[in-house]
Amino acid sequence: MKLKTFLGGIHPPGNKHLSAAKKIQDAPLPQRVYLPVMQHIGAPGEHIVTVGQKVKKGEIIAQSKSFVFAPIHASISGTVTEIKNHPHPGGSEVLTIVIESDGKDEWFEEPHNDHDPLKFSPEEIKKKIYAAGIVGLGGAAFPTHVKLSPPKEKPIDSVILNGAECEPYLTPDYRLMLEKAGSIVKGLQILLYALGINRGYIGIEANKPDALDAMRCAVEKDPRIEVISLKVKYPQGAEKQLIKSVLNREVPPPPGLPLDVGAVVQNVGTAYAIYEAVSMGKPLIERVVTVSGQGVREPKNLRLRLGTLFSEAIGHCGGFQGEPARILMGGPMMGLAQHTTQVPVIKGTSGILVLSADETAKTGASHCINCGMCVRACPMRLLPSLIGTYCEKHLFDEAEKTHVLDCIECGSCVYVCPAKRHLVHLIKYGKSVILAKKRRQALN
Amino acid sequence: MPISHDISQSISGTDALDFTLLTVTASPHIRGDVTVARIMYSVLLALLPATVAGVYLFGLGALQVILVAVFGAVATEALVQPLLGKKISVQDGSAAVTGLLLALTLPPGLPWWMVLTGSFVAIVLGKAVYGGLGNNPFNPALIARVVLLVSWPVHLTRWQNPGYLFARHAQDAISAATPLGMLKSEGLASIGHLRLLDLFFGYRAGCIGEVSIVALLIGVSYLLWKGYVTWHIPVSCLVTAFLASGFFWIMKPGQYANPIFHILSGGLVLGACFMATDMVTSPITSKGMLIFGAGIGLFTIIIRLFGGYPEGTSFAILIMNAVCPLIDKYTMPKGFGRRSAHA
Repeated sequence: MKLKTFLGGIHPPGNKHLSAAKKIQDAPLPQRVYLPVMQHIGAPGEHIVTVGQKVKKGEIIAQSKSFVFAPIHASISGTVTEIKNHPHPGGSEVLTIVIESDGKDEWFEEPHNDHDPLKFSPEEIKKKIYAAGIVGLGGAAFPTHVKLSPPKEKPIDSVILNGAECEPYLTPDYRLMLEKAGSIVKGLQILLYALGINRGYIGIEANKPDALDAMRCAVEKDPRIEVISLKVKYPQGAEKQLIKSVLNREVPPPPGLPLDVGAVVQNVGTAYAIYEAVSMGKPLIERVVTVSGQGVREPKNLRLRLGTLFSEAIGHCGGFQGEPARILMGGPMMGLAQHTTQVPVIKGTSGILVLSADETAKTGASHCINCGMCVRACPMRLLPSLIGTYCEKHLFDEAEKTHVLDCIECGSCVYVCPAKRHLVHLIKYGKSVILAKKRRQALN
Repeated sequence: MPISHDISQSISGTDALDFTLLTVTASPHIRGDVTVARIMYSVLLALLPATVAGVYLFGLGALQVILVAVFGAVATEALVQPLLGKKISVQDGSAAVTGLLLALTLPPGLPWWMVLTGSFVAIVLGKAVYGGLGNNPFNPALIARVVLLVSWPVHLTRWQNPGYLFARHAQDAISAATPLGMLKSEGLASIGHLRLLDLFFGYRAGCIGEVSIVALLIGVSYLLWKGYVTWHIPVSCLVTAFLASGFFWIMKPGQYANPIFHILSGGLVLGACFMATDMVTSPITSKGMLIFGAGIGLFTIIIRLFGGYPEGTSFAILIMNAVCPLIDKYTMPKGFGRRSAHA
């Protein structure tokens, strides 16, 4: 059978063997957690607790009236000791609520046993998903209830669960599919019910046959759900590329969204969190994180409380091995380099990578030789070399005309570039300038 | 790297790194292993069969041209780059590629000082004046070849027959004519004795690197396999040349040579596989490459059949180099989810 896929893309070494065989382990209870009020795409939250206040696990500590928002819960029980600006894995400093553990790990509301989610109405389910603070756990961290509330004129016909996990090193989704296949399928069934549709897909790259088997086994009795084996290629798990591979539909350029082609994509980890939230009433206070790379002694898949510091998570994995060259949140293709290990795990943290000098890229670029490898690698069918040059020369109008805003920043162009040009860096810069200009124009 | 710490301290969040700043770079944090240098050395390797064939067929006269051209190009680049305030980059192999490509387009036994002039022209006027590798609009080796051709037309069209591996001087070799030269000056009857298989293996007079088609095909297969060249330009160029020459041959078989002869003689295969595919001076999209290759094939045949020169591959490639930015502009790919490239 021909595997489903998209045009373009690359084949970086997977390096998943470092952590693929490691069962998900519950990390020890942290003594202190750092919970930024901004853990998702959308509006920042406002803290509704004060210093000195006692909180319990699962209690809402940051809230907002904005629709594109997900509430933030205390991930341990204890006392709020500080509310201050603290380094955020996104790169800046963000208002952060610090909770000191009381060691009791008490629930604000104890999760109940497996209830039948179908006794709730679809609206109630969306409210529960919102209340549980669920966002896309693949990395982008877009609030899930927003994706489940499409405008009436744009009917949804398919839900795709993203189990591609195309980023090298990362294995949290793979482990979840092996260990929690049944719950993931239940999460998908909740999604189908909440959207009132009956086409569900689970897309998994063909190099994870055991995950494909586990998921096929789990969905066996549900004729609405199809498990799809995808070609092994980066960025197979990028939202637009996944929709193209599974449904053969192309999401229109920005501001086009998956719902414009009738699709909703959710990460398999998100589906698991949805199951926990709706069936058990458990808010999002922890997530599975792969701690890996040659720079860490014992790579692991850890279930970490949100707000756990990277340094602590690395400590749970035996600490550093040799001198770390880069510490990343996320995978090596799209992950964010950290300047300190004192940043907390947030909802979008799928991995903490400690890369040694041998495995990470050297910097320094030479002139473009027009080889076209970036063009052939680009999954968005752009001309990265040209757009990169436009951004470099501050020709932002030209960059916009050549669709710089379509770029998904997957990094495929940089990976293949023989001149080692920093194309994504240039493109991000160009995008930020163009978007800032657009915002100014909108204000005037 | 501002990090130094003892790994024994790295237990549970209290290690030395807590207060050390780490290096931050933009994603992606890993890179593939293809470099400019690797591509250039692969091209050199791919040109090896044609080079060896040239030396085998034409002897020391060919070897001398090759060595002088490569040395000249590398030396010129190493001398010119510091003058322009640039870092010397001869180790990336691109100057050597330019020198070798130039040598392969020259007749064996060309005086060394002419070859050296060619290398100098290729590097300085072909590349450096535009800002170096990546900026040149025209193929540097072909610029040099054309400058030599118009400067010393007699020397550039003095050929020898193959089979003189140990001829001490080029002058010792019998002066000969290339198949296309014969066709131009003496008409169709003069090439009647040539066997296509001889043309395929290279037993004919011609430029050092152009004669052995089989060696060129072996070389380009390697680049295709490595992915440093795509099939678009060579295939579209050769197919177009075949169709264009075939058209005239079918119309007037008594006047025009058959298309297989046209493909196998002259520099068409060398040009299609190694000159036209020069990354810097060819289009970036597949559609653009097809148009570019077709243009070269068509112009080559038009110049051969109706122009003043017997061979037109060099000119055809330079003409298409000139329109390359235009081709790029009109062959922009249709972006993902878009109805057209410009919408």
